[in-house]
Amino acid sequence: MDLLAPIMISIIAASTPLLFAAIGELVVEKSGVLNLGVEGMMLGGAVIAFIVSVETGNSTLAVVAGAAMGAVMASLFALLTLGLLANQVATGLALTLFGIGLSALLGQGYVGTPLKALPKLSITGLSDIPILGLVLFGQDVLVYLSFLVTGGVAWFLYRTRGGLILRSVGENPQAAHAIGFPVIRIRLFAVLFGGAMAGLGGAYLSLSYTPMWAEEMSAGRGWIALALVVFATWRPGRVVVGAYLFGGLTLAQLHLQGMGSTAIPSQFLNMVPYIATIVVLVLISRDATRIRMNAPASIGKVFHPDG
Amino acid sequence: MIALERRPNTSRFWLYATPLLAVILTVLSGAILFTVLGFDPIEALTAYFISPLRDSYGLGELTIKATPLAIIAIGLAIGFRANVWNIGAEGQLTLGAITGGGLALLFYGAEGPWLPPLMLVGGMLGGAVWAAIPAFLRTRFNANEILVSLMLTYVAGLLLSYLVTGPWKDPMGFGFPRTRMFGEGALLPTLFAGSRMHIGFPIALATVAGAWFLIARSFIGFQIKVVGLTPPAAGYAGFSNKRIIWATLLCSGALAGLAGAIEVSGPIGQLTPSISPGYGFTAIIVAFLGRLHPLGILCAAMLMALSYIGGESAQIELGLPLAVTGVFQGMLLFFLLASDVLVHYRIRLRLTREAV
Amino acid sequence: MHSETSPLTASNTPPRLRLREITKRFPGCLANDAVSLDLAPGEIHALLGENGAGKSTLVKILYGVQGADSGVIEWEGRAVDIPNPSAARALGIGMVFQHFSLFETLSVADNVALAMDRGTGRDPALLAEIRRLSTDYGLALDPTRIVHELSVGERQRVEIVRCLMQNPSLIVMDEPTSVLTPSEVEKLFTVLRRLRDEGRTILYISHKLQEIRDLCDRATILRGGKVVASCDPRQETPNSLAALMIGRAFDGPKAGKPVQVGDGVPLLAVQGLSMEADSPFGTSLKNISFTVRAGEIFGIAGVAGNGQNTLLAALSGERTAPRDDWVKFEGHSIGRVGARGRRDMGISFVPEERLGHGSVPDLPLEDNALLSGWGRWGLVRHGLIARGKSRQKAEDVIEAFNVVSTGTGAAARSLSGGNLQKFIIGREIMQEPKLLIAAQPTWGVDAGSAAAIQSALIELARAGAGVVVVSQDLDELFTIADRVAVIFDGALSESRPTHATSAEDVGLLMGGLFEVAP
Repeated sequence: MDLLAPIMISIIAASTPLLFAAIGELVVEKSGVLNLGVEGMMLGGAVIAFIVSVETGNSTLAVVAGAAMGAVMASLFALLTLGLLANQVATGLALTLFGIGLSALLGQGYVGTPLKALPKLSITGLSDIPILGLVLFGQDVLVYLSFLVTGGVAWFLYRTRGGLILRSVGENPQAAHAIGFPVIRIRLFAVLFGGAMAGLGGAYLSLSYTPMWAEEMSAGRGWIALALVVFATWRPGRVVVGAYLFGGLTLAQLHLQGMGSTAIPSQFLNMVPYIATIVVLVLISRDATRIRMNAPASIGKVFHPDG
Repeated sequence: MIALERRPNTSRFWLYATPLLAVILTVLSGAILFTVLGFDPIEALTAYFISPLRDSYGLGELTIKATPLAIIAIGLAIGFRANVWNIGAEGQLTLGAITGGGLALLFYGAEGPWLPPLMLVGGMLGGAVWAAIPAFLRTRFNANEILVSLMLTYVAGLLLSYLVTGPWKDPMGFGFPRTRMFGEGALLPTLFAGSRMHIGFPIALATVAGAWFLIARSFIGFQIKVVGLTPPAAGYAGFSNKRIIWATLLCSGALAGLAGAIEVSGPIGQLTPSISPGYGFTAIIVAFLGRLHPLGILCAAMLMALSYIGGESAQIELGLPLAVTGVFQGMLLFFLLASDVLVHYRIRLRLTREAV
Repeated sequence: MHSETSPLTASNTPPRLRLREITKRFPGCLANDAVSLDLAPGEIHALLGENGAGKSTLVKILYGVQGADSGVIEWEGRAVDIPNPSAARALGIGMVFQHFSLFETLSVADNVALAMDRGTGRDPALLAEIRRLSTDYGLALDPTRIVHELSVGERQRVEIVRCLMQNPSLIVMDEPTSVLTPSEVEKLFTVLRRLRDEGRTILYISHKLQEIRDLCDRATILRGGKVVASCDPRQETPNSLAALMIGRAFDGPKAGKPVQVGDGVPLLAVQGLSMEADSPFGTSLKNISFTVRAGEIFGIAGVAGNGQNTLLAALSGERTAPRDDWVKFEGHSIGRVGARGRRDMGISFVPEERLGHGSVPDLPLEDNALLSGWGRWGLVRHGLIARGKSRQKAEDVIEAFNVVSTGTGAAARSLSGGNLQKFIIGREIMQEPKLLIAAQPTWGVDAGSAAAIQSALIELARAGAGVVVVSQDLDELFTIADRVAVIFDGALSESRPTHATSAEDVGLLMGGLFEVAP
């Protein structure tokens, strides 16, 4: 029983960055835009958050800076795809490649710099409850924020007029334009939100999950987040399930390695999340009808008012 | 108000002018970046783009780096033309290096002139098999090839890491994670005495020529184009979408695998955990910069190779961080995609005053 | 019957809407050239014109989707600026779009809410209001249903209810009947007359002359972006209206005498074809049977969305049937033969979507000749393209069918609709098919091209080929087809000779009033 709480806490830690990145991308895709730059924006957020934290010692500022960096990078993507009608797939790839290079450049002086992890919440009484106390009341603020954001997104998309408009833009931008909605502006907000969330996910990585900076430290999490959106068939609740499933999986393979099991080489255990992503994609995608019913119809297509 | 108007026919002028425009904008932004980093921009740009070209050694290195880039980008471009997004060329390159390098280890001490060609073929098969996975999953289960091929890149990297730290580790290697050096007979012949330029470069040129012929003259090239531009029209013409997905993925995988085998049997000569500085990803930029056209890709590959060597030389001469290369490459692709708008659209300034 | 409220007599009230000298220029064309128009309260005003006459542009300006280059809009006697659709709705202008601007995966109520300037489809007051309005006007609707489950007619009800919810005093309807059965059209007209009698103004855009004569109080005719005439359509004949619209005497296709059709093996025999639609929004085919003989034109009528797309895919081979013998050509089973194999046998196909299905928009005409002609014309040798030959073939088509273009190097998208359609029809006919299957061959095509296309189809049949025409346009089918059958909800009616049946009978069938053979 003593193991249970640490295991649950580690699962939360492994899942939170995925949850941030995936919920952000979900909103982007719901508006009809496919941004493959999640990995790059996560790295941008991670490196800026780390630098700000080291230089100022102010972790709130660091978190905000991480999110802002994600949004700034997303605005580049928006300028190209929404303003200059560039191909979304190619631009997203460019953003990831650019993010890898830029984060490596910015962070080169900070490799190996130690950092104190984000403070955990501590509520006298509640946090001391055995097992669940720490799990529920002993996390850092970003973990709670990730759930707040997910809940907020679910509420926004399905309970508010703004969410309805966003979904309508993703479903049929020409019709939304004809009714008089500013398609480009709505998509811009969605893309910026997605960028900020990817930046937060990155900030969580470098401030809390492993409080340090290393080149390409996101290790494909941005791409896994993209797969999670498909896995969740564009539903916020299922994104949580997916993120925690992958978090659990990551942790399981880390634990197997930690137990010094020599029967399976560590590299094979490390492959698990990537192979699991493929398996999940295959299981979800083979039902084309389900994808069609849930995927935003205009996803990835350039919108130009005159057709 | 600025408005974009779709051109009835794409502009051929801008099609070829935009890559140049993108390069110029990248160099200008580079100058600003260097200034911000505290370097003299002229000096830094010289170190970056001019110094490497001053001697024959540098030119040789240029071809060595351009070779894998061009070969991979050719394969990717064929896929991109058909809207098949193989993003996992890095993984297919790794597999090609493993299979090609594996053959060198297998026949260690029994080399002959037959071995290098066998390794190249082995590399192509390895890359093709790795690309067959996303092809199968896309055509059979409709799974997105971008994500599948990319995930397989991580898997391939881990597989290579396992091999060079485990079963294939050099017993005399002082515990370093790498295989023994391949035998002399397993290495690609160099073209000139004293140069590292090897036979891979002519292979790259041949690939360019072959791809040009395929795209410009062959019917399969036409089918690829139609599938990429307008899938319903391809169905109408009776072209099989699945066949095109298979063909383009196998082709790009085989070429990436070929590049991997060339790398390990050429400049590297052994297997290590990091056999590629991201060629598979940079080749994506090369493919776009070259306008998915074989000759364009050859030029773009040379330019990108220069950015790698320039990065190294700027690091040595001025202490510029190596990561600048990645930023440069990303910027270049951004500028290219941004200026692409001129190919398909006309930009017009409309008077905001509308007398309604 | 409403002369007291007729705008022709009530001239002292200001017009509800007055357009003065509206001009809008697009690159290479003057879409609206100083268009002036008065709309009075309580009138149904027709805006009549061919495709490309500038009707849609004028409507977009009126609804704030596009801005005019110059001109004045006056609403109830005062000049207004309509920068966006929201402003148009605030004035009291409602719009029912030509191509449904509905959101497939959203509910009816959500769709209505989006066009209102507040709330969502979960608002109980909104749901109640939709129910009240739809019952009131006899437009039965369940606001909680998802739009993709609705029939075409029901979707139009959603559009109309959505528009009425805003209590507009001017309703703009763009080609509202193009997707309706004759009985649905009658119901729609009843609603429109009632709206008019409530004092609302309706701007009714159409090119269907009979409808305009039945419904409208006044008509303004646009040609080439200019107002060329204004008249009382009830005082005109269809021919005189057509002459105003086209600018010259109407010249229909030359219908030849039907030739004696042989009784031997049918050219095409479809027997018991059932097939699932390939998308959740499509219509599946149910036990479809018909035969086509050499020398005849077989028409398939029906309202869009009743399974035409699935049937066309099954006939062209783009989707193969579950069983080989469900489709037979010259006595051979071809149900499982693909598009390529069928074309080699001599079956040609003209898809409904000319840009993006029948042609590749970004490729030049010579490549688009290669697209379907590569097999029949032998344009590929040893895997290589015979460039010179495919250019020659494209040139031949352009020449024979009077395709206006800048040459074989012109991108398909640069051609006008009518010219591209002539190119595609020409390309298929010049491959000398034994059977030609054409979907909506003249949809959205100018009258001159339409007549040329219809004449070419007749000529092909008279030369001994079989022709299948799938069309929503009953006038077209009655002009060119020898026999006609109706598709409804994935099932096909018995066929009837066109000379022994009336458009009204076929109209009833289009509403689904037929027995399907078990």
